[in-house]
Amino acid sequence: MNTIIGAQEGFFVLIGLFLIGALGSLALYRNAVLANIWSFFFAMIGSLWGIAFSLLCLQAPYALEIEALLSHSPLLSLSFTIDKLSGFFLFTISLIALFCSLYGMGYARQFFGRYNLGTLGFFYNIFICGMMLVVSSSNSVLFLFAWELMSLASYFLVIYEHKEESNVRAGFRYFIMMHIGTAFVVFAFLLLFKFTGSFSFASIGEQIALVPALAQSIIFFCALIGFGMKAGIIPLHTWLPAAHPAAPSFVSALMSGVMIKTGIYMMIRVFLDMFSAIPEWWGLVVLAVGAISSLLGVLYALNEHDLKRLLAYHSIENIGIILLGLGSAMTFLSFDMPELAVIGIIAALFHTLNHATFKSLLFLSAGSVISQTHTRNIEELGGIAKRMPATAFLFLIGAMAISALPPLNGFFSEWLTFQTLFQGVSSLDAISKWLFLLSAGSLALTSGLAIACFVKAFGVTFLARPRSHEAEHAAESSFSLIFSMGLLAGMIMLLGIFAGTIASFLREIANALINSSSVPQVFNSSFEGIHIGGFAEVSSLGIAGVLAGSILVIAMMVKYGVKRNQKVSIGSTWDCGVDLTSRMEITGTGFSRSLILIFKGILKPTKQTGIEYSDADSRYLPKVRTIAFGLADVYKEYIENPVYNLLVSISEWTKRFQGGNLNAYIMYIFVALLIVLIASLL
Amino acid sequence: MAYIILWIIQLLLIPLFSPLCVGIIRKIKARMQNRQGASIFQPYKDLWKLLHKDEVISQDASWVFRFAPFVVFGATLAAAAGIPTVTILMAQSFTSDIIVFIGVLAVGTFFLALAGMDTGSAFGGFGSSREMTISALAEGGLMFSLLALAFLAETTNLFGIAEAMASSVFALASLLPIGLAFGGFFIALLAETARFPFDNPATHLELTMIHEAMILEYSGKRLALMEWASANKLMIFMTLGASVFFPFGIDFSLSAVGITMGMLAWGVKIFVFCCAIAILESSMAKLRFFRLPDLLLISFILSVVAIGLIIA
Repeated sequence: MNTIIGAQEGFFVLIGLFLIGALGSLALYRNAVLANIWSFFFAMIGSLWGIAFSLLCLQAPYALEIEALLSHSPLLSLSFTIDKLSGFFLFTISLIALFCSLYGMGYARQFFGRYNLGTLGFFYNIFICGMMLVVSSSNSVLFLFAWELMSLASYFLVIYEHKEESNVRAGFRYFIMMHIGTAFVVFAFLLLFKFTGSFSFASIGEQIALVPALAQSIIFFCALIGFGMKAGIIPLHTWLPAAHPAAPSFVSALMSGVMIKTGIYMMIRVFLDMFSAIPEWWGLVVLAVGAISSLLGVLYALNEHDLKRLLAYHSIENIGIILLGLGSAMTFLSFDMPELAVIGIIAALFHTLNHATFKSLLFLSAGSVISQTHTRNIEELGGIAKRMPATAFLFLIGAMAISALPPLNGFFSEWLTFQTLFQGVSSLDAISKWLFLLSAGSLALTSGLAIACFVKAFGVTFLARPRSHEAEHAAESSFSLIFSMGLLAGMIMLLGIFAGTIASFLREIANALINSSSVPQVFNSSFEGIHIGGFAEVSSLGIAGVLAGSILVIAMMVKYGVKRNQKVSIGSTWDCGVDLTSRMEITGTGFSRSLILIFKGILKPTKQTGIEYSDADSRYLPKVRTIAFGLADVYKEYIENPVYNLLVSISEWTKRFQGGNLNAYIMYIFVALLIVLIASLL
Repeated sequence: MAYIILWIIQLLLIPLFSPLCVGIIRKIKARMQNRQGASIFQPYKDLWKLLHKDEVISQDASWVFRFAPFVVFGATLAAAAGIPTVTILMAQSFTSDIIVFIGVLAVGTFFLALAGMDTGSAFGGFGSSREMTISALAEGGLMFSLLALAFLAETTNLFGIAEAMASSVFALASLLPIGLAFGGFFIALLAETARFPFDNPATHLELTMIHEAMILEYSGKRLALMEWASANKLMIFMTLGASVFFPFGIDFSLSAVGITMGMLAWGVKIFVFCCAIAILESSMAKLRFFRLPDLLLISFILSVVAIGLIIA
């Protein structure tokens, strides 16, 4: 059995299952119920197969290399290599896709009669299949094809609810930005091809020394921009908070949980696998990008009152945290300290896996709330915890995990990231040392702000009194939705408890990636705990035990230790003598306002006041006063608009050539011919 | 077995003596205001009374409100388990890492803030907002002030830091970064434990209260737990400051004499901390809310300078 799943055939079965799911649901497009079951059933089977396949690949001593349709032209060769790194990403994709598909089957029922389920199933399966091809292809042409497949399928999923115009606009922005990113990636691969003469990742890696230093730097920046745009680094993130909320929630979960990680995968593949000797400043640039993205991501999230946009900004924050790990690994490698680079890679990979689990849980539970209340605005929610207790509990688990609270999984990857940065502070040269220290400071601030942001997100959405009619009449979502989210929450707890075991798995991947199995290891981990040399240690089981033990002991002592039966009565909240309404509760805007004002130098908050008079002539009695808080869109103002204006002015200028004069056109042809002739003579 | 018993005794010292600290601080403040003041044991009597009182819970509150006091108190116990008190021989790797210590305390803060929002009163919500603002900004200073010592001791384990600080005689030059880091730590202590100039623990003035606003709707045994947890937090921070910055007299031998001396030294140091806080609270005014980030930034910068001096 193992030899079939974990081999070449296993991979084709994996891709085949998703293709069957995609084509089948397209064929069944007239029957919504059947299409729904067919597409998500095959997505689930495919994901299960993917989990089994990737686990076998992770254990295999050698990378699985697949060459299909062998031809001499590099453009046509279908070559896949599934090494440990690809196996890890395949596992993450399959795991999240499994839960999202289970959830999707129940969630998509609300689209019956409104949207076509056949196309949803088609693009959903193609999307997952595309992600799997991206992380397994080992040829840049094939990779670009898979990358495009993934981007296009996700574009169609973003605009799936096309009757809302905002979704179509968000999708268009996504479409444009993805292709700008792809252009940079294509350019990077063409440069690599020019100097190494190969499209195959492996032979590019072998001949990387042929690439001159300047070209290497250009490739680095192109790859950083191209893959960074997919990953959502600031300032290339603007598509992310627009596109993720537009997609159906289980697709948002997949996009935020795993799709943006394909950008991280490619960065690891290019920077750590293909390039062997990288200059120091590459790692420091990645580190700085990570620090900026994480801090700004959480600050923008604080300002959001759209639940899904808030989660989308937290994806940017977490991508930043992953890049902190990756950037420090790159720096350690260029300083020839593979034993420390391993810790950085482990931190980055562990946070990738953790973020995939808790972010998809958060998106799924937010989706349950939104499908009940039909609003994403948290200012109209409130009191959901009493109406949807299970969903609220699951969201709380996700919120605690993303806030890096022990003993859940997010804490351990953040701990590892901190320790990686501390190692850099104590062992690098002066400039790098200070950059590492500042990154650690930014991470400390980020994690504090993330807790504040999730207190706001959970508190305003789920606690106190409902602020709208819809929130008041919300009902618990169906069992299948709760079940899939419950499995994810269980996964989060398991990843937290078994942090040590997972970390030792990840160490194997990191060692295989940078060939460091033979160097003395600073990092050590087992089920009992994670050790960084003699510098630091943490034990997940210990934290969970001490924390749960203390809570249990104190609850028991209060319940049984204090004699005399006290009564517990239910009363109303102290209302200062007036009737409390839901408008007297704190709002999400009010909650984060003080933090936004403290960071006003970075965030540039705006305030617009409006007033409407009962009698426009007399202007004595105001009828409506409005106040709108917002943030100045610096990215649009300083990045997008200048680029747009430049493009428009170039187009305006080139328009002059098309004057409508036939003689002029003939002259153009003549001049072009002349140039070609002269060029061929040279 | 004896080891575990000793460990639990060391852990219990914190909740047992924390109400006493609050009583001592209140007594000193009363004397400085020319009042007689209540007995230093009054907080124990308050807690005892509250534990036996009936309870009113808001109809708007969910299970988070009912559950939060246990988590908040449990988190302080778990944090207390991770800090060196009277002896550095009780070292363990479970919860005594710097980041774990901060994380465990954050669990308590997280639930405290949620409980404040849960009753739907404007007071609670704004209390939570202010608390999260301050604790988010205080985290950097707290972590970095301890980190300065961690780089000196070459470990992030708090017991390891206390041991290194107690056993090695540092050069005179390293006293400067230690002093700077302590400055950063002390500001973070005041912020995290809701003391002046961040919060006034003695009033219920709606415009300024932070911690009291969050627990305003609690009563009976849950209020007792919340009050006690806040006293624990104060005690934890004072103990941590005493043990890692001034580890004089901390026990190395686990002998009866050593432990007695350790406890004595611990008591004296905590008393000094109580006096310092009480004098500070009697002699300065509470700062305006939007001035607090400046103070927290000073705490962070002091710690960064301390680290810079150590790693340079």
